[in-house]
Amino acid sequence: MGAFEKQRNIVDFTLSSLGRRKGKIISLGTVYTFVIFLLASVLFFTQAIKREAALLLQEAPEMTVQRLEAGRQGSIPKHYGDSIAAIRGVQSVRPRLWGYYYDSLSEATFTIMVNDELNEKPGEIIIGSAVKVRSAAGAENRVVRINDTFPFKTYDGSALLLKVKGILPLTSELEAADLILVSEKDYRTLFAVNNDHATDLVLRVRNTKELTTIATKIVQLHPDTRPVSREEILRTYEAIFDWRGGLIIVTMAGVLFAFIILAWDKATGLSAEEKREIGVLKAIGWETADILLMKFWEGVSVSILAFILGVFLAYLHVFVGSALLFEPVLKGWSVLYPDFRLTPHVDAYQLATLFFLTVIPYTVVTIIPSWRSATIDPDSVMRT
Amino acid sequence: MFQRKSDILAAYLFLGILALGLIFTDVAMRQHLDAPVLKQRREIVRVLALTDLALFTEARYTRHPSMADRNTPFQDHPLSLEHFPSGSILALPPHLNTTATQ
Repeated sequence: MGAFEKQRNIVDFTLSSLGRRKGKIISLGTVYTFVIFLLASVLFFTQAIKREAALLLQEAPEMTVQRLEAGRQGSIPKHYGDSIAAIRGVQSVRPRLWGYYYDSLSEATFTIMVNDELNEKPGEIIIGSAVKVRSAAGAENRVVRINDTFPFKTYDGSALLLKVKGILPLTSELEAADLILVSEKDYRTLFAVNNDHATDLVLRVRNTKELTTIATKIVQLHPDTRPVSREEILRTYEAIFDWRGGLIIVTMAGVLFAFIILAWDKATGLSAEEKREIGVLKAIGWETADILLMKFWEGVSVSILAFILGVFLAYLHVFVGSALLFEPVLKGWSVLYPDFRLTPHVDAYQLATLFFLTVIPYTVVTIIPSWRSATIDPDSVMRT
Repeated sequence: MFQRKSDILAAYLFLGILALGLIFTDVAMRQHLDAPVLKQRREIVRVLALTDLALFTEARYTRHPSMADRNTPFQDHPLSLEHFPSGSILALPPHLNTTATQ
């Protein structure tokens, strides 16, 4: 009998043996699949969102200069831009006007930002696709549409009615869901901001290697400023998603430990029936190596089944179902939550990591106790 | 169709490998299809000079973590405690560890 045929016979026998313990195997397989599903979902989600954030924020300003007022971020005089623009290596300096507007009707906080293109058209706004407003009729929030009028309450108490002239594409929700773009005139009317001040300054530089030098020069020129480079923004998001991935895994630790206990219990304590089976097999001539092979195939069949099913379901969950299970955690108390669809990013390295963290340990823990049973005398095993 | 039980396992393994292959094909296809959309989104980020993702809109420091101060979560009132759910799942931006309160 060839080696291949021998393996097939052992697999046939293993599957028949598993079939006799259907209930136990199905319950173990379900828990195993669920654990892999959760781990894979976290892995897929964090990797995809990290990649998306990195790709998008590559276009963020190379440097943002904020001004601190008594330790808090305050508005920055526009003339700071003139001295900063004179620093060698700075290509352009642009004042940015942006702020937060809490709409008490819809109970949502919007990010209001000035868009240069709207400066010629005061009274008009462009909104992010998730911007909602409380409908006049009742409690339901409804999504604002083009040509709707959006009421604002200015900082001097008067009303400001702005007309929606455009909606940012639905695909841009991750970066612009809560944005309301306004003209500079409307922004200053709304927030009563001094004409000489901006929220911060954004810089384009010729050579990104000079960013540190430029930042040092800016702080020397204006000690009350804080430059934030694009690298720092990218590192912020890298840290956020690493932390979040870690945090979800910590909250899932209970599930993981429950599974480890279940697998360990199954592994360390073979049932009397399983021990008898091993005894019978040895009595009819099976060698210890054959029994270990049988247990190996048992571990492999359950693990591979759970692994493939878990990974496949996790992929559907994250990239088709928009990570539905994580949504309550991510949403918090946000009234406006981006309904984003991530571009999948799965590589062999992620799957290999997951495989070595789940399949290998399980297979090993199923073999060890069988080795212990397989090396003892068949007669004594059958008698117990 | 399957004469032996090992055939079922082999068929399942084949289907599993096919499913994983499908995942990689879908990843490649969607990355290719999303490329123009991503380009458009990057353009929005560039033109509007955006610095943050709109992941958490509930608080200032979670909406724009890279632009926030270390003290932002605590400045609602004296002895104010940070209380937004997303605040507990956001890490402190690394640059605030060294340059905060400059």
